[in-house]
Amino acid sequence: MTSDVYAGSNETAQGKVFTVTGQDWDSITQGLEDDVEERIVVNMGPQHPSTHGVLRLILELEGETVTEARCGIGYLHTGIEKNMEYRSWVQGVTFCTRMDYLSPFHNEMTYVLGVERLLGIEADIPEKAQVMRVLLMELNRISSHLVCIATGGMEIGALTVMTIGFRERELVLDLFELITGLRMNHAFIRPGGVSQDLPPGALDEIRSFVALMKKRLPEYADLCNANPIFKGRLEGVGHLDLAGCLALGMTGPVLRSTGYPWDLRKSQPYSGYETYDFDVQTWDTCDSYGRFRVRLAEMWESLKIVEQAADRLANLEGAPVMVADKKIAWPSQLAIGSDGMGNSLDHIRHIMGESMEALIHHFKLVTEGFRVPPGQAYVPIESPRGELGAHVVSDGGTRPFRAHFRDPSFTNLQATSVMSEGGMVADVIVAIASIDPVMGGVDR
Amino acid sequence: MTEENSNVPAPQGEVEAVGVRHGMFGVSGSGDTSGYGGLVKQTVFPAASQRPFGGWYDEVADALEARLKATALTAAVEKVVIDRGEITFHVRREDLAFVAQMFRDDEGLRFELCSGVSGVHYPEDTGRELHAVYHLLSMTFNRRVRLEVSAPDADPHIPSIVSIYPTNDWHERETYDMFGIVFDGHPALTRILMPDDWPGHPQRKDYPLGGIPVEYKGGTIPPPDQRRSYS
Repeated sequence: MTSDVYAGSNETAQGKVFTVTGQDWDSITQGLEDDVEERIVVNMGPQHPSTHGVLRLILELEGETVTEARCGIGYLHTGIEKNMEYRSWVQGVTFCTRMDYLSPFHNEMTYVLGVERLLGIEADIPEKAQVMRVLLMELNRISSHLVCIATGGMEIGALTVMTIGFRERELVLDLFELITGLRMNHAFIRPGGVSQDLPPGALDEIRSFVALMKKRLPEYADLCNANPIFKGRLEGVGHLDLAGCLALGMTGPVLRSTGYPWDLRKSQPYSGYETYDFDVQTWDTCDSYGRFRVRLAEMWESLKIVEQAADRLANLEGAPVMVADKKIAWPSQLAIGSDGMGNSLDHIRHIMGESMEALIHHFKLVTEGFRVPPGQAYVPIESPRGELGAHVVSDGGTRPFRAHFRDPSFTNLQATSVMSEGGMVADVIVAIASIDPVMGGVDR
Repeated sequence: MTEENSNVPAPQGEVEAVGVRHGMFGVSGSGDTSGYGGLVKQTVFPAASQRPFGGWYDEVADALEARLKATALTAAVEKVVIDRGEITFHVRREDLAFVAQMFRDDEGLRFELCSGVSGVHYPEDTGRELHAVYHLLSMTFNRRVRLEVSAPDADPHIPSIVSIYPTNDWHERETYDMFGIVFDGHPALTRILMPDDWPGHPQRKDYPLGGIPVEYKGGTIPPPDQRRSYS
């Protein structure tokens, strides 16, 4: 037995402990020779490529069967909710966009909807802002589902699914970059509207993306839908029926894979979703394969919504994207100058050269922010992973008194035990991949 | 709204003030000549609503009342607040488990899904500093309600409803971790996000945000919780 400083073993009160780092299975089997014990506890993660970020799994195995599975979370806790209490209401967007990093627009949206309800300006949001929000959220749903399918494929060894998934996601991120200036962490959806207008040429890019996706989405179906290895790994794995889903608070594709068409975009529409033509996708197998098919079908539905939103935006050129109330609206739309992006030159000319009051107003709104009447609101939305809601509480000040996010990854991850106990250790990975947890959202 | 203008006294019984804010610019002790430093403003939360509530709110309240009367627990719901289209039932903490069970099982209520619990710390709400807020969703009727329970800082105990809504397992652990609310009857109430040996409960208002001053180009910016803030 070669001595590996990293893959050593030592005796503890609980028994013999091995540290496994990969390619060192031989040292364990040799080390176990003398005292063969069937029951072993495996600590998988937190740094493990197939646990979706920094998720730690504590698995109790008997042979290859999982008898107990527990999650250890908190490795990515960054105190976002606490931090938001020390910034203005508008700055809060910059924080919450970083939680579930695969669906930043949904994080922003649920928070902003809560703030808008507290402000009582839900009906005053300009139509163009609403359409842009829907457009971005649906593009985001596509990119998020692509990552889910891609990483899920990678974890079961289907590397082609990974490469094509990230190939298409890159195109969506390019669109985000064109529209918001950033690939991730956009802070683009603001209380009252969105932070800037659609740049010229964006609609053409969106349309060509939709056209390309219509060619490429069938590739996923061809590659996976009837693939015997893919089906063999996914079918019947991670089973959770409707009663189990409701008891555990599961929403999103996991719930819809039980055949129950619950989608907040349909049942409790926001941002004008009721005016778009799309269907809620379901599957009836309650397993990982069903969740894959639901996600695949949802991308088609999202493409449909993106097309409709692009058509509407074509008729809304020059329309406002921020609420008319100057006490809430950010004073200036951003513009590209010779030294990068900043306040538009017209606005700077106005506040610096023409109106002292406008300068004061700009200064007060940007440094102090607006006040939000006391009360609490909870406006959940359908994120790619399920019900995402922000419980925002105001005490009448310029900063949130409390912002709590009900993140679907956090809630859904609780199903790990039910989905994987009694199954094979390799199926744990598939079950977790089918939940699609994003640890940034779980730990916040 | 009454809170818009604190010079006009609000009618008796309609105000629930939680705290007072002084001044306007978050500084004190400076030679304030603007007069804004003397501003005193009450924080007034939405007051209790009276019957009829209108819409489906009455149906829910009726179903709830009928069941409560049958069990002689009429005082379980302290007040009902309808604000911005959301209904909140303030529930006495000892009756929370019973009320939650009813919300889940009653045929007229059927709130199948609980969206977890969110803690809020109101240091100035004396005797009811810690609030636990539950959002329930009825998929059958497509309705949402909010349950709010409070506990004093000195006795931070609230009954657990994990046996009714198992999804609250991690949510209650998180609220315990962040606020120190002890959910009695939870199967394993341990910290979930913070390390096991962490002292204190970070999201309470008396827990500082922390941070270090940042130096940039000769200037020093204090940590976020010590910067000047607008009240």
